[in-house]
Amino acid sequence: MQAVIRVEGLRKAYGSRVAVDGISFEVYEGEIFGMVGPNGAGKTTTIECIEGLRRPDGGTVRVLGLDPQQEGLRLRQRIGIQLQEGGLPDRLRVEEAVTLFASFYPRPMDPQALLERLGLAGLRRVPFGQLSGGQKQRLFIALALVGNPELVFLDELTTGLDPHARRAMWDMVREIRAEGRTVFLTTHYMEEAERLCDRVAIMDRGRIVALDTPERLIHALGAEHRVIFHTNAPFDPTPLRDLPGVSQVEQIGERVVIYGKGDRLAAQVVEALVARGIAPRDLRVEQPTLEDVFLALTGRPMEEANPRENQGGNR
Amino acid sequence: MTVVKMGLRLVMTEVKLYLREPVAAFFTFAFAPMMLILFGSIFGNQPSPFLGGRGMVDVSVPAYLGMIIATVGLISVPIGIATRREARILRRFRAAPLPPAVYLIAQLVMYYAVTLLGGIALVLAGRLLFGMRFDGNPLAVLAGFTVATLAFLGLGVAVGSMAPTARTAQAVGMILAFPMMALGGAWMPLETLPESVRRISAWLPLTHVVVLMRGLWAGSSPGRHIGDITFLIVTGILGGLLAARFFRWE
Ligand SMILES: Nc1ncnc2c1ncn2[C@@H]1O[C@H](COP(=O)(O)OP(=O)(O)OP(=O)(O)O)[C@@H](O)[C@H]1O
Ligand SMILES: [Mg+2]
Repeated sequence: MQAVIRVEGLRKAYGSRVAVDGISFEVYEGEIFGMVGPNGAGKTTTIECIEGLRRPDGGTVRVLGLDPQQEGLRLRQRIGIQLQEGGLPDRLRVEEAVTLFASFYPRPMDPQALLERLGLAGLRRVPFGQLSGGQKQRLFIALALVGNPELVFLDELTTGLDPHARRAMWDMVREIRAEGRTVFLTTHYMEEAERLCDRVAIMDRGRIVALDTPERLIHALGAEHRVIFHTNAPFDPTPLRDLPGVSQVEQIGERVVIYGKGDRLAAQVVEALVARGIAPRDLRVEQPTLEDVFLALTGRPMEEANPRENQGGNR
Repeated sequence: MTVVKMGLRLVMTEVKLYLREPVAAFFTFAFAPMMLILFGSIFGNQPSPFLGGRGMVDVSVPAYLGMIIATVGLISVPIGIATRREARILRRFRAAPLPPAVYLIAQLVMYYAVTLLGGIALVLAGRLLFGMRFDGNPLAVLAGFTVATLAFLGLGVAVGSMAPTARTAQAVGMILAFPMMALGGAWMPLETLPESVRRISAWLPLTHVVVLMRGLWAGSSPGRHIGDITFLIVTGILGGLLAARFFRWE
């Protein structure tokens, strides 16, 4: 696999506050790479050092073989950037914005086709200032794509979007990757990272605390799965306790929760129930998630580490 | 050459955006002609010994050119620069493969273009409605207008770069612009101001714009205004240096 981004010992401080504390990683061609972590973890600082928009205090960064500080202009012809905090003049219309930015690139995409694709065709003449949050976000994706980039940076693509719009964005990102572009995104939604990314770097307080595929990160945790079902038949949990891998069985009224490890946990539980003639209702398996990984690695849950999310704030 | 193409596209877009701002467009294109129509109808354009043998309109047009230059330079430019910074527009453009100098030069060209258009609208109003007299050399007038405009754009970018927010930029711009217009002879002929006030006026850049434009308008040679021109060039350079020192993309 070809590395399109190489970061080594990247460090950046604002005054005495260290935002990124000597991190190293690579991003491979054609993958969706996610950087996830709570507010203030240093995601934006990292991504903008890679884009050449901020100057690192230390370390080396190479993107598509270029040094973002020395060859920023040449680099930005080949990458597309969606900023966490970016704006456009309020009176600039959607279509004008896309055609204007298209003129900055050597081999741009066709602006009209791009507007169609992002569902902005009906908003061509709407000024930026009158767009909704989701529409603005789609316009910013259009601006990130209009240069036909090899590498696309999406900083907090879905923050502030409703669940429906968020899912639509995920499809969009998968489509971008299917066209052969590499995607580097940041998010503080663990679920988003888990569903969308091929590899995830978990960042906390300026450091990468884990980096792997979501499945391996979760697997490495060795955390327990939960099998949950309901039954109204009289039920003796003892035989389930003796199944291999099961550590604990809880029964609260009709609801039964079985904790345990191993790939065959659910299958064993179902077999044991069927053998006793018990029909489980609403049976489901809960896997550990990246949230659990974060909790295990940092000792605190993601929501606690995300103060702004708690207030239900929408930036 | 692609850089030139980018720059032109940007200038065209920025001019359109400027025209869409009702307040800015009004003060750049309509306010001076309206003042001219108002005072022209009251006072007419009879030659008066008090105004060196010229009429009210003849001296008002070049003075109002100064007003347009000051309005764009000291009010539109600071608001424009500070707003673009505050609304993260500058960041968005910096993330594109556009040389920063091209972006900044395109802004200046746009402001120069709208100032020039405003000036042309005023001159046309004077000529067509009041038969305004013009005894100058059009090229000299254009050159003087250009020096004056660049000096004020320099001041404007400096104010916009130093102001912490768009609101402050607007306030500071107005605090500089209005007294300068009142004392610099842009509203009322300098001749009507008392001697003591005129000693202060001599230190205001806009006074030199008005004196220069009126002089060139009446046919004096640029050489006779070397003091005004030097004052404006120094102003522009100081503005440019301050702007370069304090300009921030975010
Ligand atoms: N321009 C700046 N000046 C000073 N401090 C900054 C600046 N940018 C970021 N910081 C600080 O650096 C730390 C990392 O910020 P950064 O924006 O990189 O985090 P993030 O992971 O992107 O957070 P979020 O999820 O809120 O976007 C934070 O403590 C932040 O307050
Ligand atoms: Mg961020």
